[in-house]
Amino acid sequence: MRLGSGAFAASCVAIEVLGVAIFLRGFFPAPVRSSSRTEHRAEPPAPEPAAGARSNWTKLPPPLFNKVVIVLIDALRDDFVFGSKGVKYMPYTSYLVEKGASHSFVAEAKPPTVTMPRIKALMTGSLPGFVDVIRNLNSPALLEDSVIRQAKAAGKRVIFYGDETWVKLFPKHFVEYDGTTSFFVSDYTEVDDNVTRHLDTVLKRGDWDMLILHYLGLDHIGHISGPNSPLIGRKLSEMDSILMKIHTSLLSKERETLSPSLLVLCGDHGMSETGSHGASSTEEVSTPLILISSSFERRPGDIRHPKRVQQTDLAATLAIGLGLPIPKDSVGSLLFPVVEGKPVREQLRFLHLNTVQLSKLLQENMPSYEKDPGFEQFKMAEKLHGNWVKLHLEENRSDILLSLGTKVLRQYLGALKTLSLSLSTQVAQYDIYSMAVGTVVVLEVLTLLLLSTPQALRRGADLEVPLRSPVFSLLFYLVFLVLSAIHVIVCTSATNSCYLCSLPWLVAGGLMVLVSALLCAIVSTLTRTVIESTLLRKNAALPSSRWSEMDLLLMLGTAGHVLSLGASSFVEEEHQTWYFLVNTLCLALSQETCRSCFPGDDSKPQHSVHMLQDSAVYRAPILHRAGHASPSSEALGGHTRWAILASPWLVLACCRLLRSLNQTGVQGAHRPDLGLWLTSSDHKVELSGLAALSLLVIFLLVQRGCSLVSRAALALGLLGVFCYRAAIGNVLFPWQPGNKGFSKGIIEARFVYVFVLGILFTGTKDLLKSQVIAADFKIKTVGLWEIYSGLVLLAALLLRPHNLPVLAFSLLIQTVMTKFIWKPLRHDAAEITVMHYWFGQAFFYFQGNSNNIATIDISAGFVGLDTYMEIPATFLTVFGTYVGPVLWASHLAHFLSSEASSGPALSRACFCYALICSVPVATYLILVTSLRYHLFIWSVFSPKLLYEGMHLLITAALCALFTAADQNNRAGPIQRWTLEMGGS
Amino acid sequence: MKDTDIKRLLYAHLLCIFSIILSIFIPSVFLENFSILETHLMWLCICSVFVTAVNLVLYLVVKPNISSKRNSLSHKVTRILKCCIYFLMSCFSFHVIFVLYGAPLIELVLETFSFAVLLSTFTTVPCLCLLGPNIKAWLRVFSRNGVTSIWENSLQITTISSFVGAWLGAFPIPLDWERPWQVWPISCTLGATFGYVAGLVISPLWIYWNRKQLTYKNN
Ligand SMILES: [Zn+2]
Ligand SMILES: [Zn+2]
Repeated sequence: MRLGSGAFAASCVAIEVLGVAIFLRGFFPAPVRSSSRTEHRAEPPAPEPAAGARSNWTKLPPPLFNKVVIVLIDALRDDFVFGSKGVKYMPYTSYLVEKGASHSFVAEAKPPTVTMPRIKALMTGSLPGFVDVIRNLNSPALLEDSVIRQAKAAGKRVIFYGDETWVKLFPKHFVEYDGTTSFFVSDYTEVDDNVTRHLDTVLKRGDWDMLILHYLGLDHIGHISGPNSPLIGRKLSEMDSILMKIHTSLLSKERETLSPSLLVLCGDHGMSETGSHGASSTEEVSTPLILISSSFERRPGDIRHPKRVQQTDLAATLAIGLGLPIPKDSVGSLLFPVVEGKPVREQLRFLHLNTVQLSKLLQENMPSYEKDPGFEQFKMAEKLHGNWVKLHLEENRSDILLSLGTKVLRQYLGALKTLSLSLSTQVAQYDIYSMAVGTVVVLEVLTLLLLSTPQALRRGADLEVPLRSPVFSLLFYLVFLVLSAIHVIVCTSATNSCYLCSLPWLVAGGLMVLVSALLCAIVSTLTRTVIESTLLRKNAALPSSRWSEMDLLLMLGTAGHVLSLGASSFVEEEHQTWYFLVNTLCLALSQETCRSCFPGDDSKPQHSVHMLQDSAVYRAPILHRAGHASPSSEALGGHTRWAILASPWLVLACCRLLRSLNQTGVQGAHRPDLGLWLTSSDHKVELSGLAALSLLVIFLLVQRGCSLVSRAALALGLLGVFCYRAAIGNVLFPWQPGNKGFSKGIIEARFVYVFVLGILFTGTKDLLKSQVIAADFKIKTVGLWEIYSGLVLLAALLLRPHNLPVLAFSLLIQTVMTKFIWKPLRHDAAEITVMHYWFGQAFFYFQGNSNNIATIDISAGFVGLDTYMEIPATFLTVFGTYVGPVLWASHLAHFLSSEASSGPALSRACFCYALICSVPVATYLILVTSLRYHLFIWSVFSPKLLYEGMHLLITAALCALFTAADQNNRAGPIQRWTLEMGGS
Repeated sequence: MKDTDIKRLLYAHLLCIFSIILSIFIPSVFLENFSILETHLMWLCICSVFVTAVNLVLYLVVKPNISSKRNSLSHKVTRILKCCIYFLMSCFSFHVIFVLYGAPLIELVLETFSFAVLLSTFTTVPCLCLLGPNIKAWLRVFSRNGVTSIWENSLQITTISSFVGAWLGAFPIPLDWERPWQVWPISCTLGATFGYVAGLVISPLWIYWNRKQLTYKNN
């Protein structure tokens, strides 16, 4: 089968995406789940163990509290309450913590410290898998068992005010709710007022059993100005007064009803020193958890330090407190201080219920549960418990009963701790089989790519993919049989859950076919390469082209980057690697420009050192360089010469400016940067000016390649971008400096979308036209440029205003490099591709991205949408995040096709691009597999894995674009190209 | 090319290495609590001064270059002035390059500048000694095949290895080992020094190794 090298590369990347998807499915373990979760019938509660005697207590114990109020303050860090800030700004809460009837804890949130998984953890007591981070963007209804589901089943009335996520997670669970959107992160008063305004009436009414309030303001302040902002103090005081209001009202209600109620103050996650969250630093995982109830006994002068507990413990505690069954998937243990005041029999009953639930979960998730130390402890405790109940029922009120009671208690607490721990670690079980299959697919594709590199790069257009040669069909069937046998063996003997085994047989079989076909393709390519190389060696010593310094730098830099991914700090600070590489590239380019502008003694062989031995090898590059440089340097006028000399330095200066725009990574993230300065509300005027200037520069740089119609569309579109930003309040109009009400800017954004689609449509039309009507590559170039400018317009809309200079500088650098470096110095298509890749990566970080989930700008997904729509929002967010690589790659497509000899250049570039993107992915899969027990696997390596996977998907799309753009160049231009090569 | 030339080169290079070693040990005799890491700036200055001095002495003693035809005093003075200006210019341009590479613009200016001075000492000073303030000659030496003597060849090697050392020295900065030498610019200065020393060691050996294949055409 013959394939163009572009199409070949594109299909290779597509297969790699499949492999990475399988790997990801195996790598991110399915969370611990109770198997009986589909049926939600109420199981009878475990009866009290009684060791032969008949216990009369088989029902669930009655609720401890009449009413429960949960005040969840988003991003409430532990030191905001327990630290000096708490003393200063939250006097009432600190009083309750220190002297009141309360129990306070520091609840540890497991990463990812993002709101939705944390709400799930609080309410279900289970540990959501890492995949939930991605699903945080669209929170579907929670299927698992939760306290709220149990409360609803028990006929309790639950009221909720606050973040809309809850309403989506628990649809139809609340008798009354008011969801506020966290749409405008810049708003931190209205979101909270929307919650508080209901408070007075709802507290007065008292016709509810559970009230949940989720305050978002603190989180928003953190995102805007960090944890040390003066706004934090004000917000904490506001929260303190709200807590006081609720508490006093609850106390007065209690006086009427004489049954205690529970007030819970908690945070879903903390806040890092920059005010963001998502990772696993101490500041992000430590949240306060304060339980306040008049039923808690507190002797005066009893000072306790908040104990560290798990966030998941709250679900079990709430369930017990409300007299509900504990959620099935909960891995948490009861917070014992809550039941401490109860009679011993009740305490033991509560602990027993919790242990039974945990051990059930353990049985369902671990095949060898009986050997688990927690389970053994539980069995022991249950036996002792039975003895205790027997003694108790015999009305034995001796000391034996008391001492046995404390012993049972201790045994239960130990069992709870061990069970909870082993269940939490159960989450970190990897599905090695799926991971291995995914890695094998990716590695096979990479090997195939690497093996066909010489063929693709040297001969240009076509590649032979030998799939149907009869010699290999035997090998194919053999490999297929062996793989199927392995699959059957693995799946029948697997102990823990395995994704591939759960697939239908047909799909798994298809996968096996793919793996064996790839293997055969590799073997046949390898044999052919070997045969050809021996033939070549026999024929003659062809002058092997030596690599220039630039090639060496590009190779070594790329390889160095790939290797650096093995160190967690280099992953965290990957932007530094790219900035460093791009800077070095610019310096190397400046050296090359010097060399070509001042040929010096280079072309005069009489001055050269003669390496006598390999003079034959040495002469070739001299000729080659002379052939390259002399005509260009002679043709250059004085001005262009200086422009060529200056352009690498201009690019360097631009990169330095961009670098200080957004500090990213972990070490540098807290440093003040220009972006923060611009986004602060005091500098709105400067931001507006800068945004307008950037838009102007973007227009000037992009319009030159467009047709007249799309030029007008571009101008209107960019104007629309500014109007959109003004409408949502990011920037100001010079004639309208006042602060009028903000809207969502739906109309403005949709106005821009119309132009984006229009320009993209024109570009596609031109491309198609050039494909139908002969090979007029002018039309094609214009078409590609129009697609590129459509993407630029979309990027201008999605990027936040302080990032518009990034876009402008990216266009500027592209223009300068095209005009003064790539064209005059006549770089190879492969070199240009690698440079584009490097710059694309650097711009990914210039725009403020990092390898941390927290830096994804989700607001891009809401531009122009008034409700959350999954597909467009995901697409927009992904595009907004990967603007840099996408724009550079589409610029590459245009640049290479605009060159006269574009025939194989574009497909070669496509091949190079595919290769250079898949090498890091394949290496990273192996690295991550070997580092899967590393301390930072969740906080550093896993997010990077997601980024890499997404990058590969985008690469696949870009390669498809390259191939589509290249399609029409198949027939005619090859001859033209060969003619030209012959002529030069 | 004679073996004596290579021997002289080797001795000259050993002297340079010796001066760097001295710059580490001599100050600790006179100064209290001197150490490379804690009083890094001090060490940078001392090292630069030592290396410059040794280079100048070598230049005066060995005189590897055929001195120019005109030997008037005014010519000498302008030459020395020119050398100083070139040196300063190289310091400033290195400083600019470091800032472009991401060195902080305002904080640590002194550290960055002393690193620039050190790197200039390793690269520009030998160039000035050997080639004089003559840009054409510099370009010739650093173009692909332009060296005309073992001195120039070793100059090429030491200069490039100093640059590569400084470049490699930046790698440990992002690592989270929390070592004192990971602070900007210590790892880079150490890298440059190691690179320089390595170049000094390697270049005579390399030239000796390839002495059969190397022929320099003097004009
Ligand atoms: Zn949150
Ligand atoms: Zn947040």
